[in-house]
Amino acid sequence: MDSGVEQTRELPQEITTKTDTRDILARETQYQIDKGFRDWTIVDVDAHHSEMSSWREVVEYLDDPILKHYAHEFQARTGGAPGLSNHMPGLRYQDAGGRIPHQTHIGEKVEDDSVHRDVTLMRRSMDAMGLDHQILFPGNLLQLGTHPQPRVEAQLALAYNRWVCERILPMDDRVKTLLYLPISEPDMCMKIIKEFGENPNVSGFMITAVRYKPVHHNQFIPIYRELEERGLPLAFHAGLTWGDDWMKQLDLFISMHAISFVLCNIVHMTNWIIHGMQERFPKLDVIWIESGLAWLAFLMQRLDSEYLMRPSEAPLLKKLPSEYMADMFYTCQPIETSNMALTEETFKAVKAETQLLYASDWPHWDFNPPSTIYDLPFLDEQAKRNILGENAVKLFGIDTKKPKTA
Amino acid sequence: MAELFVGREDEFEDRGRKVIAHGDLEIGVFFVDGGFYAYENKCVHQGGPVCQGRILNRVVEMISDDKTSQGLAWSEDDVHIVCPWHGYEFNLKTGVHPGYKNARLRPFDVKLKDGEVYVVT
Repeated sequence: MDSGVEQTRELPQEITTKTDTRDILARETQYQIDKGFRDWTIVDVDAHHSEMSSWREVVEYLDDPILKHYAHEFQARTGGAPGLSNHMPGLRYQDAGGRIPHQTHIGEKVEDDSVHRDVTLMRRSMDAMGLDHQILFPGNLLQLGTHPQPRVEAQLALAYNRWVCERILPMDDRVKTLLYLPISEPDMCMKIIKEFGENPNVSGFMITAVRYKPVHHNQFIPIYRELEERGLPLAFHAGLTWGDDWMKQLDLFISMHAISFVLCNIVHMTNWIIHGMQERFPKLDVIWIESGLAWLAFLMQRLDSEYLMRPSEAPLLKKLPSEYMADMFYTCQPIETSNMALTEETFKAVKAETQLLYASDWPHWDFNPPSTIYDLPFLDEQAKRNILGENAVKLFGIDTKKPKTA
Repeated sequence: MAELFVGREDEFEDRGRKVIAHGDLEIGVFFVDGGFYAYENKCVHQGGPVCQGRILNRVVEMISDDKTSQGLAWSEDDVHIVCPWHGYEFNLKTGVHPGYKNARLRPFDVKLKDGEVYVVT
């Protein structure tokens, strides 16, 4: 006789730092299957690994024997990271007091030792989120732009770039990077571009946006010229800081994070536009990463209004600042959706259908799975497909014939 | 309407929970201050596994009569479940976000029968 009681199965009670990435993201996997977009081409233009977990390996790639000696000594005293780096203690707030375990630590079991542990973790996140390709960035090294020792920043950038290109990227064709450029040291940037510019796993180069030298400085022009001539995109990856005078007034992580991640890109974008960099480098593809999207509509209107009154201060411009901004590329994460009407207008303003790139930012606390784009109510299917993958395929010239799983 | 068996009442300690699945439907059942509460294991934010997050008391700020802040404290009454994907918090007895009443978890009725716990779907 039917008792009316249905059979169930029990799930783990709590997700912790030991939970497998595929289990953490299982709901996204199932949602893609249910909605029927799991076979779409999805390219994640901003994901991270924890290079500090491999810091002992990274510092072995330092050229400078004295810095390498310091790195060894720092590790002997502290047990590992973050010797030589300018790791900011405030970053420890990111997991909201342990509320978001995948931000705290990815401590899951990895048995496959045929590849670097980071490669296995990347594969798990890609498989769970249905990603075809992923652009990988470091984590704590994104703070290097404020390192008090420009030479150390440059040496660490070179060491990390060599390590990631040798130990991580060759292990999976689906994973690429935009390599770190330490623009405080332009000569090193040129060396890095020449050494890695032809590397098939390097899709372009990246400047960490938390830094205090104007991006239009003549010192940097040869870097942009070199990238444009090579047809390689340039990205500005935003970050946080508690170190400048404005941010010091924001005494909670939520406040500092909300503003500093946007402020750095607002400052660089303003200089980039007003100093006519788009006119000087019309063929250079520029990508602005990880400031969300809400800042764009504000800045477009703000710069347009000021430019119309003061064109003599921006003589290189031949059109409105907002028009130049709509020529560039943006990653969507962390997308703001509390007012969907504003989100929709922002999408229109930046010509999202061709200029917006999906980014997860996994495994960080404010990551966006692909469903955040799929679920937007004002996009048609082609726009969703473009943002989730097709725009990035065109921008980076990605071979879409590669399989989705390794 | 179906009844899903969750477990025995005496298996639940205070602030204990079980998360069960029936097909694609996942439900978290919580025991808080002598009462059972059940919600879909799907965060209203981006669909995260909210019922598998940490259980923590609500954080409150102590404001004196003169309106000065005297710092933060744990609420003695309000218990929250925190979505492990992004940190959205919901009151375990109401399923509602502390600052945005439109953000609320999908609730299910809980039925107790002969020392056993069921959710009604």
